[in-house]
Amino acid sequence: MPLKSRHLIGLEGISKEELEIIFKTADIFKEVLQRPIKKVPTLTGKTVVNLFFEPSTRTRISFELAERRLSADTINFSSSGSSISKGETLKDTVRNIEAMKIDLVVVRHSSPGTPLFLSKILNASIINAGDGAHEHPTQALLDMYSLREKFGRLEKLKVLIVGDISHSRVALSNIYGMTSMGINVSLCGPATLMPRELDKLGVKIYYNLDEAIKDKDVILVLRIQLERQKKGLFPSIREYRNCFGITKERLQKLKDDVVIMHPGPINRGVELDGDVADCKNSIILEQVENGVAIRMAVLYLLSGVESSLTI
Amino acid sequence: MGIYRKKFEFSECPKPYLIKDGKYFDLKTSDFVEADIIIDKGIIKDIGRFNGDSFKGRVLDIVGKVVFPGFMDMHVHFREPGREDKETMASGSFAAAGGGFTSVCPMPNTDPIIDNQEMVKFIIDKGKDLITDIFPVGAISKGLKGKEISEIADMFNAGIIAVSDDGVPENNLGMMQRCMEYTSMFDIPVIVHCEDKHLSNGGVMHEGYYSTKLGLPGISSISEEIAVVRNIMIAEYTGSKVHICHVSTAGSVEIIKNAKERGVKVTCEVTPHHLTLTDKCIETFDPNFKMNPPLRTEKDVETLVNGMKNGIIDTIATDHAPHTIDEKEFEFDRAPFGVTGLETAFGILNEFFINKDILSIGKFVELLIVNPRKILKLDIPEITKNKKANMVIVQLDKEWTVDADNFYSASRNSPFIGTKLTGEIQTVLNKNKVYFR
Repeated sequence: MPLKSRHLIGLEGISKEELEIIFKTADIFKEVLQRPIKKVPTLTGKTVVNLFFEPSTRTRISFELAERRLSADTINFSSSGSSISKGETLKDTVRNIEAMKIDLVVVRHSSPGTPLFLSKILNASIINAGDGAHEHPTQALLDMYSLREKFGRLEKLKVLIVGDISHSRVALSNIYGMTSMGINVSLCGPATLMPRELDKLGVKIYYNLDEAIKDKDVILVLRIQLERQKKGLFPSIREYRNCFGITKERLQKLKDDVVIMHPGPINRGVELDGDVADCKNSIILEQVENGVAIRMAVLYLLSGVESSLTI
Repeated sequence: MGIYRKKFEFSECPKPYLIKDGKYFDLKTSDFVEADIIIDKGIIKDIGRFNGDSFKGRVLDIVGKVVFPGFMDMHVHFREPGREDKETMASGSFAAAGGGFTSVCPMPNTDPIIDNQEMVKFIIDKGKDLITDIFPVGAISKGLKGKEISEIADMFNAGIIAVSDDGVPENNLGMMQRCMEYTSMFDIPVIVHCEDKHLSNGGVMHEGYYSTKLGLPGISSISEEIAVVRNIMIAEYTGSKVHICHVSTAGSVEIIKNAKERGVKVTCEVTPHHLTLTDKCIETFDPNFKMNPPLRTEKDVETLVNGMKNGIIDTIATDHAPHTIDEKEFEFDRAPFGVTGLETAFGILNEFFINKDILSIGKFVELLIVNPRKILKLDIPEITKNKKANMVIVQLDKEWTVDADNFYSASRNSPFIGTKLTGEIQTVLNKNKVYFR
């Protein structure tokens, strides 16, 4: 097994070497995705179940596509209309699915810790596709992979993550992964959306966006859930945009080659101006493309398939 | 996991007992005394040296073991009525006896709530034939709704020894003031669960480094401390007795210390889990580490242990809160708060504090035997001639590992499963009844 764990629960504690293995494996699959026939037989005979207990469009599609490109058999399960709503516990649901002999489980759930819980009760390998505000490792992997592609290196890049850090699994996974890779990570967002004792994770915290973005190579913009405003976490969408939105005006003050990222879906005109999302500095669509390659790499590396990758 | 639980058996004592060749803890000298004890019809008949061969009755040879007065836990949740699948008065009493507790105070947040004399009588009636003394706590407000004061006089006459808002903390301070004023007429304490609900705001674990790392919503230290301050100020203003439940933060200990120095009639308790575990345990996302108040930081644990040693903390209470495995083995943020504690409390205190010379036996006896009864103005079961026999026989050096299959409780949600402890409760004598492990 090239990775230490047979599960991907999060990027906390992951080594630089393991991240390099994932990125190099993704390079191979990225090449496959450029071919006219974008499918390889690598996971033929393996069964993957996509367990989505929370609505998701892009992550689910990206995983499904990755699985099909690898020729795995896939089953999709989403909580609406399934047994969860009939009062069955998560443990029962998942054990039932496993009784059908599954090799890999991709799970998205609103409760932090669900993938870890599943890894303890199931024999299958677990891939976390987002657990509450905890981790979303494949998103962070594809973010880093996209930066590696753009800059040719990751070490010493200056990355600023902007927005609702408190509720963001993307931020936490990126903090773990990026600091492992030697990236200099800073965070900026309203104090009400900044969790406590983050500085212990080796990141710098800003509340003034104009000061924070000055010397950065990359700005990773997080989606702001508009319902947070109704919960009294910030005064208005207008003020959020003024203080923390990546606007055209702000972009113009930055260095020419600054890179803009966003995990999607974007609230255009709130955390990110439409013009900025579509400009040449934005690599948002590359992130989506790389998502499939990264997920193919993770699925392959955790599948236990021993054959070397000559495809 | 076993389906068949260990069966608890206790019986009436038909014959006199001679407890021989051990030593008992004498409250007067605060030390062990080597002597034999004769018990008949639930009364200590004699203490001294007696010949076992000529004794007409049963001889209990307890060489190498010690006898303590029965322990008291002034904070337990037995789920009867309402959730008998989690715990009944009987199973809770078995768990208590298994842990050496001969007196317990069930909290009123059952379904229906214990907020009137009929409910109090029901609890007392259920406890009548059990080996444990049951001292019910009444709800401070009707239905714990914080709108109207419960009929505390009626409940007092029916047998409550305190009132409490535990389970549904009273956040309306005007209401709390009236409840304390009214309760003070009966000279019983108001047991308060200190939590400002606006500050704890749906949190599920201590707010700090680990809640940030785990992406779980936090319960801040100040959500407890602010409520401790408010309740102490109301008690001070009204001259009432207030007892702070399950203190969990260093700040609360400091606030209580200051209040005691000012002469406020405040007492408090701490749980065995808050004395030994921290929020780091939640890295496993195991809901058996989920309780309210939550596990705090190392600094809090250290301050609580010091508070226990230097008398700011008056008593150890378990906040025994049974839940079914189906409810507890759930996503961490959706699982209910609460852990069981009666059957592990003594082993934890013995292993982690007495054996490590952090806590003296004398101090331990104050915390677990004397003080809760003082707070509630109950008779202290001294081991003296002509007193009621209310005692536990303990083998202090017996090692054991916590195994939920061996619990007498109907539930198994302990944070200490798999922990190695020392000190086993072997016999309990109370109400002319006896239990042998």
